Amino acid sequence: MNDDTPRVLIVGAGPAGTRAAEALVAHGVAPIVVDEGARSGGQIYRRPPAGFTRPAAALYGFEARKAQAVHATLDGLRERIDYRPNTLIWNIEGGVAQALGPDGIERIRFDALILATGAMDRVIPFPGWTLPGVFTMGGSQVALKAQGCAIGDPVVFMGTGPLLYLVAYQYVHAGARVAAVLDTSHLSQAIPVFPGLLWGGRTFAKGLWYMTWLRAAGIPVRGGITPVAAEGQSALEAVRYRDRRGREHRIACTGLGIGYSVKSEVQLAELAGCEMAFDPLAQQWLPQADVDGRAIEGSVYLAGDGAGVAGADAAEVRGRLAALALLADKDIATDRASQARLRAKLRRIMRFRNALERALPVPFHLARTLPDETVICRCEAITAGDIREGRALAPAEMNRAKAFTRVGMGRCQGRVCGPAAAQILAAARGCAVEDVGRLRGQAPVKPLSIRAGAEAAVEDRSRAASI
Amino acid sequence: MSQRTEQQASAGCRLVRLAETDRSGVTIFHGGKALDALAGDTLLTALLCNGVALRRNEFDGGLRSGFCNMGACQDCWVLLEDGSRIRACTTEVWDGMRVRAPDANE
Repeated sequence: MNDDTPRVLIVGAGPAGTRAAEALVAHGVAPIVVDEGARSGGQIYRRPPAGFTRPAAALYGFEARKAQAVHATLDGLRERIDYRPNTLIWNIEGGVAQALGPDGIERIRFDALILATGAMDRVIPFPGWTLPGVFTMGGSQVALKAQGCAIGDPVVFMGTGPLLYLVAYQYVHAGARVAAVLDTSHLSQAIPVFPGLLWGGRTFAKGLWYMTWLRAAGIPVRGGITPVAAEGQSALEAVRYRDRRGREHRIACTGLGIGYSVKSEVQLAELAGCEMAFDPLAQQWLPQADVDGRAIEGSVYLAGDGAGVAGADAAEVRGRLAALALLADKDIATDRASQARLRAKLRRIMRFRNALERALPVPFHLARTLPDETVICRCEAITAGDIREGRALAPAEMNRAKAFTRVGMGRCQGRVCGPAAAQILAAARGCAVEDVGRLRGQAPVKPLSIRAGAEAAVEDRSRAASI
Repeated sequence: MSQRTEQQASAGCRLVRLAETDRSGVTIFHGGKALDALAGDTLLTALLCNGVALRRNEFDGGLRSGFCNMGACQDCWVLLEDGSRIRACTTEVWDGMRVRAPDANE
């Protein structure tokens, strides 16, 4: 590689990061790929540890071939890229990413950055959700896919979004007892947007197929429900919900998977200087970029669900597009025709995603009316009442609320509680959610040991002293 | 469901093994007590398959046993006997791993 080849850092080795790396290598640019996972694939195509034997068809179902292709691509690139698994990027500042890997802390300098940080479950708290036995939908899937385990016996799944029926299907298929699937959406809501859903015919058909399969297998599937509470002494024993007519039901279970689709992991994009804007559909502040994922020309590019959720197929396309945009900005010749094809493919997927989001609406309103005693921040046990009351109300702004109540101050940095806390604060003030702002991204984006933080600080100081 | 699974559930087990059970066994220690686990288990899997909660929340005192299972929510940090802290959902067990029980200091 010659000296003017840009030094590119890709964060994330899921479908987006993998395809971005592949496109860069094809143009003679060997990136550094940093990934928190032990093996590439991201969350959606997560691989079990070495020594596990179930075939891809059992792990990924309809998506087995896509998953295997993504895995094989990164595996095939390993000799040509600087691939660093088990490594967290915890800060980005001025062309330097701070990493924490198996060998400790390290500063990684880069000329350009592709962030493929993915997504996590969107959570709406409800009474009892901190009990052992309650997991996210994605976490329930990880237990099965990566560890061969069910989260309980029997299990209930509750929420909405594409994962709900998929995970329930995978559980039943693997031999778990599923006591019910409880959906806050109702299929009748899908009808007005049905033309849009046809754009993603196969994906939508799969969703219906899972639902039909579950019903045929005798699993109770209920639409239009409202969560009431998870119950148990020291661990989960049952879940209570209200049906469409307002009648309350109780189902005994030792595992409960909850989730309302997924939300973007945006902290690193914010630290990297991306402009943030409120997305009304996702009810989330998202880093801004053009259609190719160009956020800051020549330096920061976004790909995959971290830049707004569009799913795994879109992530592969967006990874390629981000790499092509970066190459073009660095005056490296790329194939315009393939770029045009990728853009067209992405437009088709986005039309479907948009319809899907409207067909399976996230019941954000549920957060607004939670009882005062409901824990919202599970890190520090801060309740809905804490957020509504007292001094937190005077400044109707999330960072002030954080300072006064500590909501979003805990270990997860507001990843889990932030969206619900914003809904509660906005409702208490009678203003729009975007008007309460967003929790500012702070380094470290995930917990570091005091020792690692101190080592980083010492290294920074000695660097400053030597200049 | 097998009878064995039923017994596990009634013993307070949170995770139930459905597949991949032919892996080699390892022993970990929780509050000094030996527990059976399998090579390739995360610590979260190993403890919850044994019906052991991971930790107590420092603020409300409630037992916690993880939530997101993918390194995002940070609700499964546990203390090892050597004083180091690890995230149970993203750390694989090793033979002889020694974990402090949540109530060890109370």
